[in-house]
Amino acid sequence: MASGVKPRVKVPKKAAAGEAITIKTLISHKMESGQRKDDDGNPIPRSIINRFTCDFNGENVVDVVLEAAISTNPYLEFQAIVPEAGEFKFTWYDDDGSVYETTKKIAIE
Amino acid sequence: MKRLAKLACAASLLAFGTTAIADPVDDTLILNEEMTLVTRTAAPAHLEGAVDEVMSGWLFRGKETRAMQADDFDNPGMIFVEKAQDAWNAVDGSEGKSCASCHNDSDTMAGVRAVYPKWNEAAGEVRTLEMQINDCRENRMGAEKWKYTKGDMVNMTALLASVSRGMPVNVAIDGPAQSTWEQGKELYYARTGQLELSCANCHEDSYGKMIRADHLSQGQINGFPTYRLKNTKLNAVHARFKGCVRDTRAETYKPGSAEFVALELYVASRGNGLSVEGPSIRN
Repeated sequence: MASGVKPRVKVPKKAAAGEAITIKTLISHKMESGQRKDDDGNPIPRSIINRFTCDFNGENVVDVVLEAAISTNPYLEFQAIVPEAGEFKFTWYDDDGSVYETTKKIAIE
Repeated sequence: MKRLAKLACAASLLAFGTTAIADPVDDTLILNEEMTLVTRTAAPAHLEGAVDEVMSGWLFRGKETRAMQADDFDNPGMIFVEKAQDAWNAVDGSEGKSCASCHNDSDTMAGVRAVYPKWNEAAGEVRTLEMQINDCRENRMGAEKWKYTKGDMVNMTALLASVSRGMPVNVAIDGPAQSTWEQGKELYYARTGQLELSCANCHEDSYGKMIRADHLSQGQINGFPTYRLKNTKLNAVHARFKGCVRDTRAETYKPGSAEFVALELYVASRGNGLSVEGPSIRN
């Protein structure tokens, strides 16, 4: 079980309908690659976030596969067009089966 | 022969060009699109004759690095601030206390970073923030001291700096702190190491020039602790001092030593008037 995992998301509070907004996400995670060895020479098992998804009102926005070479605290930034008011749902999938979720509401101005 | 002269001329122009590149930029640091920080201001009175204007190291960094510091979400140093916030609320030691037990919210510490290092009357010495934190841990919480420049300590100083951002650095250099300040000043101007360099040789005489591939800043410490892109962690000011002294090829003082405490007080006083910026982003 990875410890100290904490998702963070930055989404504007409101946007114009049809406007492309920038979304920033970051999850604190050690992203242990599985390639390293500890002081006794034993391999340290892989422990990474392997998938990230973002949905808006149930519709998928991005679905990302993350690999072992991605560094600590993966940061993903992308744009999305907001057709209507609603809620973004962000999900991170951990190697150990844990799923971390957070949501952000956005209003139309 | 004529051709050679032309070449020499071109070379000198080139050299001139690179000097200009390292000059501080003309930019304003607006934090999270709401708070304007002072990154350039008139030098404090004690610097008369040495420097007219004091400038934050932020002005000597590239556009991307500057932008990273201007937004808390993009600032990787803020991850460590959040870790320190957890430590702030966590009970540790034999007394069953956390930082919050006495100090309430960490926001109430606004302004503390700006006046440290500071004279402590009861202890009869100038104390840095780190010394004060460890005094709290040892004597009030009954907890183990943190190592001077290690993770837990740097994170906590980052938290305390972050709640003071925007406030002007204002360390006292007179009264009982004066002799320590004088000692720090002497260290600042003393040439050390095989390269016989003082702090002033680079950071007072040569800021705005290139030092190999990097820009020389004024060496202000208003932005500490600093998240450095080169080692992807927060760096304490004494660790930075150590790195600089080592680069002069001298035996360095230890982080937390009386010499570095004095130097920290003096260097902080050179930035009196600049905004507290920590955790800042540097190369």
